[in-house]
Amino acid sequence: MKSNSKLLSAPYTVWMTIFIVIPLLLVGYFAFTDKAGSFTMENILSVGQYSNVFLRSIWLGAVATVISLGLGYPFAMIIAKMSAKRQNVMVMLVMLPMWMNFLLRTYAWMTLLEDNGLINSAMTAIGLPRVHMINTAGAVVLGMVYNYIPYMILPLYSVLTKIDESVIQAAQDLGANSVQVFLKVVVPLSMPGIISGVTMVFVPAVSTFIISKMLGGGGNLLIGDLIDMQFLGSAYNPNLGSAVSLVLMVIILICMGIMNQFDDGEVNEKGGMLL
Amino acid sequence: MKKAGGRIYTFLIFLFLYAPILVLIVFSFNDTETGSRAVWGGFSLRWYQKLFEDRLILEALRNTLLIAVVAAVVSTVLGTVAAIGINGMKRLPRRIMMNITNLPMVNPEIVTGVSLMLLFVSAVRILGGRSLGMGSLMAAHITFCLPYVILSVLPKLRQMDPNLYEAAQDLGCPPVKAFFKVVLPEIMPGIVTGLIMAFTLSIDDFVISYFTSGTTQTLPIYIYSMTRKRISPEINALSTVLFAAVMVLLIVVNVRNLKEQGEAGKKLRREV
Amino acid sequence: MNRREFRRGSTLSVWDAVNKNSTSDTKHAVCARSLFYGKILAILLALMPIQNVNAQEAAGQGVTINVYNWGEYIANGTDDSMDINAEFTRRTGIRVNYTTFDSNEALYSKLVGGGADYDVIIPSDYMVSRLIDENMLAELDFSNIPNYQYIDDSFRNGDYDPENRYSVPYTWGVVGLFYNTDYIQEEITSWSALWDDRYAGKILMFDNPRDSFAIAQLLLGQSLNTTRESDWMEAAALLKQQKPLVQAYVMDRIFDKMESEEAWIAPYYSGDAAILVDNSDHIRFVVPEEGTNYFVDAMCIPVTSSHKAEAEAYINFLCDPEIAGANMNYVGYSTPETAAKAYMDVEMVENPVHYPDAEILARTQVFVNLPEDTSKLIDKLWAEAKMGGPGESAVLVAIILGFLAVYIAILVYKRRKRQRELA
Repeated sequence: MKSNSKLLSAPYTVWMTIFIVIPLLLVGYFAFTDKAGSFTMENILSVGQYSNVFLRSIWLGAVATVISLGLGYPFAMIIAKMSAKRQNVMVMLVMLPMWMNFLLRTYAWMTLLEDNGLINSAMTAIGLPRVHMINTAGAVVLGMVYNYIPYMILPLYSVLTKIDESVIQAAQDLGANSVQVFLKVVVPLSMPGIISGVTMVFVPAVSTFIISKMLGGGGNLLIGDLIDMQFLGSAYNPNLGSAVSLVLMVIILICMGIMNQFDDGEVNEKGGMLL
Repeated sequence: MKKAGGRIYTFLIFLFLYAPILVLIVFSFNDTETGSRAVWGGFSLRWYQKLFEDRLILEALRNTLLIAVVAAVVSTVLGTVAAIGINGMKRLPRRIMMNITNLPMVNPEIVTGVSLMLLFVSAVRILGGRSLGMGSLMAAHITFCLPYVILSVLPKLRQMDPNLYEAAQDLGCPPVKAFFKVVLPEIMPGIVTGLIMAFTLSIDDFVISYFTSGTTQTLPIYIYSMTRKRISPEINALSTVLFAAVMVLLIVVNVRNLKEQGEAGKKLRREV
Repeated sequence: MNRREFRRGSTLSVWDAVNKNSTSDTKHAVCARSLFYGKILAILLALMPIQNVNAQEAAGQGVTINVYNWGEYIANGTDDSMDINAEFTRRTGIRVNYTTFDSNEALYSKLVGGGADYDVIIPSDYMVSRLIDENMLAELDFSNIPNYQYIDDSFRNGDYDPENRYSVPYTWGVVGLFYNTDYIQEEITSWSALWDDRYAGKILMFDNPRDSFAIAQLLLGQSLNTTRESDWMEAAALLKQQKPLVQAYVMDRIFDKMESEEAWIAPYYSGDAAILVDNSDHIRFVVPEEGTNYFVDAMCIPVTSSHKAEAEAYINFLCDPEIAGANMNYVGYSTPETAAKAYMDVEMVENPVHYPDAEILARTQVFVNLPEDTSKLIDKLWAEAKMGGPGESAVLVAIILGFLAVYIAILVYKRRKRQRELA
């Protein structure tokens, strides 16, 4: 079996070279050439004009990630403390919404958040003033949290269930109060879960283009919108689009590198991470 | 007190997760002429009836299922074989392979989509093909499904005792037969997980399909083109049907599981 | 764990539920499991044949043409209208794969870089001339389009296609303002209403550069086709100033948002506006005094089309006065065929919103294709307007360096720590 291993993975290697490596090289090629195909730095340099878009995307993505972590952590802890049977049911309930098309779910939020939407109708019915929610940065963050919070809850849950109860008891026996136990024992032990949760929320949140379009009213341009605009949107310029994609990839890779450093190199054991 | 707090918190999170779904389901039964989103006009099944008469939606559904089945099967076969290969590799080549495998998972989806689009469009231009469509969609879907298959099969291979396979061969079993009789049953759970995951990922994918579809419509692409104007409640009806199907499937799985556990328990008791 | 690896995790947990006993599994359990997987596959397989029957049946009927049109721009059988595409298939056996776009620029992107082979597209005038200039349109064989005879003379040989070799007009119209009189009592006569802060948050704006800029340019009294950089900068400044008041930049959704009273005032194309005005007593449509953009949307065939004859049959079909009349009754835009009016509702033909009078038409301007430099400038200014001003490259560099610095700092800190531990 071992002698054949190269042969066995050859089709896969060829496939991934054609459909992953070459396309990424193409993005690089487009980023550094102009329409006629000759070398230019113009695209990369003009990405700078859109730094506001990058700032906003990173900021909104970070806020959404922090909120997801804040909401998801206690929830994951609650699940982890339940009986095994109930845990399964809970995990299933967290996943279940993802079986409905995410465009539709986001669209449903539009129905809820609009000025004449269901939430505002309910508010006026009980005599509260209307709140303007749709087409704001807040609505975009809400959309991100909603769509990606399961990606935060599940890895946290899977790490938290594995924490040995006796470690916590030991800490308590040694005189740690509940806050100390949480900060010094539970949080460090759940670090791998936090890291995968954070990256799994942050990466798609930073690069989304649907959520901002549907809930942000088109005025909250994000990196994803910018890329979409250059390829299939109103400003056809795949060279600039590739340059933006390239910068986005660099930022994401650095972020991944930072996150991996918190993981004490355990991830590398899987033979995986890039940095 | 603390327990009550936990319950309320759990309830609120689930409310957050399910509120939009509830809205979708409720409005799939809405009886209005125009298909307005926020006004309730009474109960009706008209959108379900319309759904089954709508050629475009059914065609999109057919495309989506066809692509998902092909992508799941091909990526499972290709991925399983590759995983066996990777498992037998030395440290350095294995690391390189794992990095390539992880690349599409770390990369933002939109970048993967855009890069594949550049590839397909260049290929069409150079090779003189007609356009992007089912072919490019399937290739793209296989590509983003492959890493998941590999990552679900590899751990099972690691857990497996390598001596088993060699023992079978020593006992005179030809390698191919040994593989099907010894290795395959051992890693089957990983393969099935990979298959199902590939299938669900493919059905749900919008971003990568959006960039690689050409003129072909899949369900998510059709829904997207609707969100730009207004969504017909037919789509709500379709999602409700699909959602109900998944829910039934999951309940069946769980009930079955409970039953099996129960039977195993009974058997155990009888034996004791 | 990775983004989608989680999915694996979550699927796993369900499967773990099935497989829980798998480590200690007996033959019995294995059988049960494979039976179960078999069932899932059987369900999937069972689904497929049903769908395939449909496909085969359809394939027997002949070719499929890909039609790419604006959203909500063809009668589709709802509201007792004629389902134009279905009717075409019924008569000719040619199937229609009908998809939609929401701006001329998006159509262009998809056509050039999206790898799609459309057979019929319906861009507006200036985009038609751009596509002609870039050799992307096929010359039409008018002997296949006998119904071209019904197109009024005034719509033949437009400036965008002077010899009329590439296009057949589909509809025409003007851009105007429509507003809800329940919330806006005063009479609106100027585009400046879109800059009125009393309506802040209730204003919608086009989500494409050319149409949005046109409104600012009309207010500034510029030509819509200026190539002076300073003109465009000035218009962009006006749009930036408007941004805080704008609820959303949308295209086809304007319809829905005005109807549900989510927004009070919005610019849009006359045809769609006319339908809203017809359906609602409190929505009014005006063409502001500064003038407006007059457009013709025309049917064309890209050079890449592989079913040109069928595409011409489709164009011919849409020019049939009876079909055109039925179609325009639904879409609400103005037809370039006088003959079609006989098949339309009288109120529609006599409605000044659908058919503006000469006095309004005298105040209109037509878009022409702009040079590439200007197009690029507009794209840049438009992105800037939507994101609220241009950014500094330095900021982006700072972001990247900042992240890098954090990364390096952590690396250095860890190494120090390790050294300290060793020492």
